[in-house]
Amino acid sequence: MEPFLNFSVISDNFTYFMIGRFPHGPLGGVGLTLYLAVVSCILSFFGGMILGLFSISRFPIIRYPALAFINVVRGMPLLMVIFWMYFLLPALFGKVAENNTVIMALTLFTSAYMSRIVVAGIEGIPKGQTEAAISTGLASWQVMLYIVLPQGLRNMIPSFVNQFVSLIKDTSLAFIVGVSELTHVATQINNRTMAFPTEIFIFIAVIYFFLCYAFTSLSRWLEQRLSWSKAI
Amino acid sequence: MLNYTFDWSTITSGKYFDWLVSGLITTLKLSAISIVLAFILGLVIAVMRMSHNKPVRWFAHAYLEFFRNTPLLVQIFFWYFGSYKILPAAVNDWLVSTNFEFAAAAIALTIYTSAFIAEDIRSGVLSIPKEQMEASRSAGFSYLRSMQYIILPQAVRITIPPLVNQFLNVAKNSSLAMTIGVMEMTYQARQVESYTFKGFEAFTAATVVYLVLSILITALVNIYNEKVLNVHKAA
Repeated sequence: MEPFLNFSVISDNFTYFMIGRFPHGPLGGVGLTLYLAVVSCILSFFGGMILGLFSISRFPIIRYPALAFINVVRGMPLLMVIFWMYFLLPALFGKVAENNTVIMALTLFTSAYMSRIVVAGIEGIPKGQTEAAISTGLASWQVMLYIVLPQGLRNMIPSFVNQFVSLIKDTSLAFIVGVSELTHVATQINNRTMAFPTEIFIFIAVIYFFLCYAFTSLSRWLEQRLSWSKAI
Repeated sequence: MLNYTFDWSTITSGKYFDWLVSGLITTLKLSAISIVLAFILGLVIAVMRMSHNKPVRWFAHAYLEFFRNTPLLVQIFFWYFGSYKILPAAVNDWLVSTNFEFAAAAIALTIYTSAFIAEDIRSGVLSIPKEQMEASRSAGFSYLRSMQYIILPQAVRITIPPLVNQFLNVAKNSSLAMTIGVMEMTYQARQVESYTFKGFEAFTAATVVYLVLSILITALVNIYNEKVLNVHKAA
């Protein structure tokens, strides 16, 4: 009798699932998923920081455009952002590689969410800190840079890690513009072998689960580890 | 810079307008069905998660962690391409006899969202003082009945704002259903784009629809917070 589920399709294609055709061709699979997530995470850290600071700026001319951008992006599905980038970037800059289109879309999307974390982190620092810093004669940008942000950032770390988990999950949408990350590789192998969709999709679900669960646990651990700072 | 002639008339009337409207209706239908089912399932999982029976609690915990930590797209593909091997034949026959794309998307969205809703409900329940439970147990209610009559009615009141936000998430997440051929908003925008090459207009229309939806829902939540829960936004 045939086994109920036949996982040999996984072991036969294991390297392809993990790194695509690397080193003889472009990186794919889990490797590309992590690459997209890490690069977008680093970029959206800075994007979120800038947007977050802009959105609480004293100057309406900076504040309102930033708020408008954040709310528009947060109101859109990520898929829509990816399509926008897919059509907008070539119209503006000529040919853009698919990987970069996706990184750009993920960065814009995640920056909008990160900016809210940044604002929450800054607002979580007691007002007395700012007042004390101002009375010692620091300028307002120095107060932000030397007093508020270093303390705020520390409270933001667990939320940043959670955002990274969302990013790992979101990279699966890169599939739609033909970037060969894990989900795309899975559909490719599924189309080629035809008979094992259940095995293939259970397998990649488990891979995503372990990746994300590791970081979710890290964020919980960090939250406990850093909780003393809430005592201020 | 941008070298492109805008032509809004393509999408504001006629066939392509009808496509976009039918996309919106499908999006709303899919989201409404999924959020209702997800709420029921989420309620069950939340109660299981707080149960005193260890295996029940662990099952609920595993369910929550697994479905929250896997991409929705993979879950949609699993239900659409892969579920036939693990479902009973009768269920498969029924699914195929209905609109299977729609059903698979609805199942995936329901299960994915139920995990998030269960956590929302659980934090709502945890915010109810535990004396309420103790009092109702001493009044002779069983655990399930205390939940049903005392704890959940209060918890759900607090949980409504996050639940409404979940509806917004479902509406946005339902755009992923296009990958398996459900003709919802994003699918139709894409379709209009490929028929007319008017990508910017089509995507602007879809974007505006999503934004209006999210503004409406956010406004509703704010009104509810102020009028019903008497929470005022800080500054």
